Amino acid sequence: MFLETTWFVLWGVLWAVYFILDGFDLGLGTLLPFMAKNETEKRTMYNAAAPFWDGNEVWLITAGGVTFAAFPKAYAVMFSALYAPLLLLLFALIFRAVSFEFRNKIQSEAWRKVWDGFLFLGSFVPALLLGVAFANLFQGIPIDGEGVYHGNLFKLLNPYGLLGGVLFVLMFCLHGALWLGVKSSGAFHERALRVAAGIWPYFLAAAVAFLAATAVYTDLYANYLAIPPLMILIILAVVSLFTTRLFISSGSAFIAWVSNAVTILSCTLFGVVGMFPRLIPSNMEDIFSVTIYNGASSPLTLKIMLGVALTFVPIVIFYQAWVYMVFSFKITDADLATDEAY
Amino acid sequence: MDVVLLSRLQFAVTVFFHFIFVPLTLGLSIMLAVMETMYVRTGDEMYKRMVKFWGKLFLINFTLGVVTGITLEFQFGTNWSRYSEYVGDIFGSLLAIEATAAFFLESTFLAVWWFGWDRVSKKMHCFAIWMVAFASNLSALWIIIANGFMQNPVGYVIRNGRAELDDFFAVVTNPYAMGQYPHTVIASWMLAGFFVMGVSAWHLLRKNEEPFFRRSFRHGATFAIIFAVAVTISGHHQGNVVAELQPAKLAAMESHWETMKGAPMNLLVMPDEENEGNAVEALGVPNALSILAFNDPGAEVKGLRDFPKEDRPPVLITFLSFRVMVGLGTLFLLLAGLSWLWRDRIQEKPLLLKGLIYAIPLPYLAIMFGWAVAEVGRQPWIVYNMMRTSDAVSPVDASSVLVSIIAFTVIYSGLGVLDIYLLRKYAQKGPKKA
Ligand code: HDD
Ligand code: HEM
Ligand code: HEM
Repeated sequence: MFLETTWFVLWGVLWAVYFILDGFDLGLGTLLPFMAKNETEKRTMYNAAAPFWDGNEVWLITAGGVTFAAFPKAYAVMFSALYAPLLLLLFALIFRAVSFEFRNKIQSEAWRKVWDGFLFLGSFVPALLLGVAFANLFQGIPIDGEGVYHGNLFKLLNPYGLLGGVLFVLMFCLHGALWLGVKSSGAFHERALRVAAGIWPYFLAAAVAFLAATAVYTDLYANYLAIPPLMILIILAVVSLFTTRLFISSGSAFIAWVSNAVTILSCTLFGVVGMFPRLIPSNMEDIFSVTIYNGASSPLTLKIMLGVALTFVPIVIFYQAWVYMVFSFKITDADLATDEAY
Repeated sequence: MDVVLLSRLQFAVTVFFHFIFVPLTLGLSIMLAVMETMYVRTGDEMYKRMVKFWGKLFLINFTLGVVTGITLEFQFGTNWSRYSEYVGDIFGSLLAIEATAAFFLESTFLAVWWFGWDRVSKKMHCFAIWMVAFASNLSALWIIIANGFMQNPVGYVIRNGRAELDDFFAVVTNPYAMGQYPHTVIASWMLAGFFVMGVSAWHLLRKNEEPFFRRSFRHGATFAIIFAVAVTISGHHQGNVVAELQPAKLAAMESHWETMKGAPMNLLVMPDEENEGNAVEALGVPNALSILAFNDPGAEVKGLRDFPKEDRPPVLITFLSFRVMVGLGTLFLLLAGLSWLWRDRIQEKPLLLKGLIYAIPLPYLAIMFGWAVAEVGRQPWIVYNMMRTSDAVSPVDASSVLVSIIAFTVIYSGLGVLDIYLLRKYAQKGPKKA
């Protein structure tokens, strides 16, 4: 069971890393219509994400790929059951990516407006859907023994699912505002931090509501009651949530961003650990759930993939960290004037 | 319409769309890396302008490759969940390796390259584009190994009601994939050569930036001629592989019905699937099919009639697609040959220049037809001789798939048109003044 358990943890970590990294891009796009007052500010927001969004999105592809490789049954059931929301997510991400590339290619106010609109939708919708999807996984979805889904898109929009969606949107918006604080200077930088401070209480409220609702709608806490030391995740989430607020006050945007990244990590792992050993809990019959026991790949595949992951993921982290360093500078007018800027 | 048909249609639409943008990425990235290396070595500013001009087109093209790729990554789960469950142990790991080993590298270094002109050293910048070129061609390797498994499953055992990995080395050295990979990337490199020649030709006819586009043209012509020859050789080799491992596909490619020794190749053929034969069959070249398939004039080539009806691929599509690909391949040899011969006085050949502009879409078409041979010719199997396409589909209802196909078609066409419009606009705009 060691291999399966290891992969379960890695699976959760990959999703968490995706949320941490693409989270701030999605947050920036969601905030765009509310924060940017003029063309320079808009372009600052675009270019704050420009060198990163594609590399960040690959974490989603990898999370998908790893689900396929390590837990093929989970991949098969999850994405065919969530057919409609998944395609909606993909369409939204398509429009987001294209907005970056197209917006600045034709000099017309109307053209830019169109892509600003798509960037917003392409960021807000994924943030919301990811939250809805994961909250629904936490509480279980109606799949039968054949992995056939007995529900529809609207069944996912139940109170707990929606609460998850709201939580994710707020979490990502906070994350995006903090990243904007890192990448901007002067008055816009000040405003980014003020917006972050403004979002924070709502995020806190949503997080508390979600933790409480989790006790009502799901059995995630069972694992925590069985192994109390795991509670550290919940404590970590709460502590980092408050330290984020502290760092916002002290004006250290980057450290606040890191602190919020810890919140995202611990929130995601909180849910994933609660689901263990199930990847896709069924709320029809527990035996229909896809678990690490009935959904994993063969030991040989898991071993080979572990070798691949342990070799490449550290390398990826190394060069992506370097790229974040290279491009963490504060965007100036001179940067926006280059040929390459979006 | 039933779910199987709709899902096949959706897969075909989305993967063809992905493959409109992928080949240029595979080839142009290498050309850009060569140009930038020349810049770093010689310090000649014109090379830098070339990198920036062709780089802009590269990026506009790249974006749609990325967005259409993401849908594919998830489509095995959404539409082929039975398949994903059955072969995921092997197939899934190949996709995961592609993402971790190649896509990260590609997307990350692309950002370094595009946004990093003043942020990293000249050498590092040049290294970045080499990494992009390396990574995109590496990603093609992994996805083709995955496709190779569907064409010729190896290295597995059937256990626990599914195909499980038995020999990873056998999977990654699958002879089928080892034939497909060079043929596909070479075709893509050739395509990039034609693309660069075509755009340069447009400007040369208008006498814009002549030294700039003459030099670009020479780069394009060199690429085109080398790889036009190589694509034919690798295609012939791939024909041998198909003959050995997928005899039904080979028979369909040639609309060859009777098993015989010393099989001829008929230049004029009209398949008639109803009557299990050809309505028209003329201009036979003796023994040519035996030579093409097995490099041996006397070899026996199995005919379609010796395959049970339910195991035969659709003949007409496979046959026509193959003919068009090979026909275009011959045309490319001619066009690339002339362009290369005349590369130093190309401006005295306005007719050829004009032809090259119109030739830009042709390699794209050849590649599409090639994939139609490979994928339609594999039917009725999703994994050859192991799993039928009809057993592979997800338990979703037809109406959802119908809606998603319509959405894909509308959105993709819209974005595709815009993207091609922008490519054209920026191609015609020409490089920034020196
Ligand atoms: C510019 C594009 C191009 C050109 C000129 C050619 N091909 Fe090709 N061909 C492809 C682009 C391509 C491709 C799109 O890349 C395919 C699809 C699958 C593959 O491996 O490569 C392909 C497939 C493909 C297959 C089927 C492979 C399979 O089932 O997996 C065969 C037998 C050939 N080709 C043979 C040839 C021959 C004998 C050619 C002689 C001129 C030729 N091709 C020219
Ligand atoms: C290299 C990776 C590829 C993989 C893993 C792959 C996989 C698949 C799968 C799962 C299907 C659906 C099942 C079926 O109908 O057999 C399919 C069908 C198809 N694919 Fe591919 N494909 C790949 C590349 C391509 C490319 C690059 C093209 C074209 C440019 C292509 C063209 C098609 C077509 C036309 C069909 C429909 C065939 C039919 O159903 O008659 N494929 N492929
Ligand atoms: C049907 C199976 C396929 C799947 C699942 C797939 C998946 C993907 C994904 C997820 C991306 C986005 C990567 C990013 O965000 O950077 C992508 C892009 C790419 N894919 Fe595919 N792909 C398929 C077929 C192919 C084939 C057959 C090739 C090459 C022979 C190929 C080559 C590429 C390349 C070079 C890119 C880079 C982006 C671009 O197109 O410009 N793909 N693919």
